[in-house]
Amino acid sequence: MSKKIDQNRRRALHITSGIVGAVTVAGFAVPFLSAWNPSEKAKALGASVKFNLSKLEAGAMVVLEWRRTPIFIVHQTLSAIENLPKLDAKVTNPAKEEGITRSANSSYTVLKGVCTHLSCAPKYHPEIEPKAWDQEWLGGFFCPCHGSKFDLAGRVYKGVPAPTNLEVPPHSFDGDMLTIGEVG
Amino acid sequence: MNKQNNSFMSWLDKRFPVTENLERHLTKHPVPKKVNFFYIFGALLMVIFMVQVITGIWLMMFYTNTEEGAFASVEYIMRDVEYGWLMRYMHSTGASAFFFLMYFHMFRGLLYGSYQKPKELVWLFGCFLLFLLMAEGFLGYVLPWGQMSYWAANVILSLFGAIPVIGPDLQVWIQGDYVLSGATLSRFFALHVVVVPLLMIALVVFHIFALHEVGAGNPEGVDIEKHRDEKGMPLDGAPFHPYKTFSALPAIGIFFVIFFSIVFFAPEGGGYFLEKPNFEEANFLKTPEHIAPVWYYAPFYSILRAITFGIPLLGITSKFLGFIIFAASIAILFVVPWLDRSKVQSIRYKGMYSKIGMILFAASFITLGYLGTKPVNELRTLIAQICTLFYFLPLILMPIYTKYEKTLEVPERL
Ligand code: HEM
Ligand code: FES
Repeated sequence: MSKKIDQNRRRALHITSGIVGAVTVAGFAVPFLSAWNPSEKAKALGASVKFNLSKLEAGAMVVLEWRRTPIFIVHQTLSAIENLPKLDAKVTNPAKEEGITRSANSSYTVLKGVCTHLSCAPKYHPEIEPKAWDQEWLGGFFCPCHGSKFDLAGRVYKGVPAPTNLEVPPHSFDGDMLTIGEVG
Repeated sequence: MNKQNNSFMSWLDKRFPVTENLERHLTKHPVPKKVNFFYIFGALLMVIFMVQVITGIWLMMFYTNTEEGAFASVEYIMRDVEYGWLMRYMHSTGASAFFFLMYFHMFRGLLYGSYQKPKELVWLFGCFLLFLLMAEGFLGYVLPWGQMSYWAANVILSLFGAIPVIGPDLQVWIQGDYVLSGATLSRFFALHVVVVPLLMIALVVFHIFALHEVGAGNPEGVDIEKHRDEKGMPLDGAPFHPYKTFSALPAIGIFFVIFFSIVFFAPEGGGYFLEKPNFEEANFLKTPEHIAPVWYYAPFYSILRAITFGIPLLGITSKFLGFIIFAASIAILFVVPWLDRSKVQSIRYKGMYSKIGMILFAASFITLGYLGTKPVNELRTLIAQICTLFYFLPLILMPIYTKYEKTLEVPERL
């Protein structure tokens, strides 16, 4: 008992046990925090989807599902490509910087099929003809829920309830192969 | 009999300090003789906390925490489980009551300067309890997996997604999926029934221990410890039992009468306690017409929505700035003990600026609450912006006006 306390030894013990303790806690935190990441199953469901464009004719549209969201893929006709710039004055945000089709390819458009107003599914109306909702319709999407209008590139018309253009999901093109969920 | 009892107690006390702690925290604990209506809310908060824990445990026995089963299991509780409706309505009404009591309890603190030295920690633990209660309510609201559960949670989770750089990954990590889904539901269930309640129990204990260390306050802001009798009992104090206990019992009775009137006759609270769209199962593809929070989040939700502008120069979007101001509206409450520089505690003896500040603060909070439940339009947004300003200003300017304003003389005794 009469032995003098070795303060240096005590300090060294404090520091080492503190460090070892902290490393242990941090080590054990890794599995617990990682468990919160999307599981393999969720990753598989959330993984990118591929689509072969060779069978999609000009003027046609297909709907894929990606992360529980419908994805619209439109093969634009030549007249559509000509008409789109004419609508710049009628849409809220012409989004020139995204290119005419708003995709990484000059003849296809890729959109999330969810109305930016209240998430209904807009309907595809590619015909160039007078419509009940627009006498000068040049083709596009019409949302039946509250009448939002979008052009063939998903740009929203002025004066409708939807505030913004239809969203473009991350995607990339490789020849005829389109991948949704990955940027090239 | 008495003798035997005593010897049993002394046997026990030598091994486990029952009497000492009972006397210290309950029976002999001195409390101010004269307090008012505002001082009952702490006791009522303890009562409602117990109601939530007990009804919650019973709900858990019948609830299913999966995407496929959650909504149906809540309908099952309401229709098929005996008294299941009572458990659920007590729990949902209890959530509203909890916040109602909490807001009054905190307002008392602001009015009478109950957060002032040396009660800073009592207040601080209280603020953590407010934060935890807000988290608890949010997590619980997701569990029935109705339309409003789903879309309101989406709005809040997308706030995390608005944080620059780490946001999108953080949101996916919290959700456990790329969209709000069953993975999110089951982790929210674990947090709602285990993690947050455990933290809350610990904090209530800290809150009370800290309070008993420094002694309870009173609406006059008189320090009762200054004048004591020869036994050391404060002259203006009285032992907790029987004085406080017997005055609390009738209040608890009245509280339960009101509480059960709502549970039995208006459990949906006119759509403010349980919202209409939540009687429809969650649908990933269909957003409800108007997403409104439950009334107790409405003031803070209003603040969030009032920020319609960002700081483009710093790359801060309006959504992220809204999140920052919204977080600040709660965070600023934590530092109130250090903002108040007044010589006196109670609003009764503070100066004019404190009184005006308190009125502006309370009026803004209530107005924001009203606006938060309504759809936005330009006028409402403008009013919400003004109210947000008057929510913050009285607190931000507090260090200045409390230091320089003229205060009244506080009496020596209660
Ligand atoms: C679960 C939630 C809470 C419970 C169960 C609780 C309970 C209590 C109880 C029993 C008291 C003593 C009786 C009274 O003065 O009313 C008290 C005092 C107090 N509470 Fe809370 N409280 C809670 C939340 C809060 C919050 C959110 C705040 C503020 C941010 C807060 C601030 C205070 C203060 C400052 C006092 C001391 C009052 C004084 O003695 O002058 N409490 N609390
Ligand atoms: S949801 Fe499309 S217009 Fe309202």
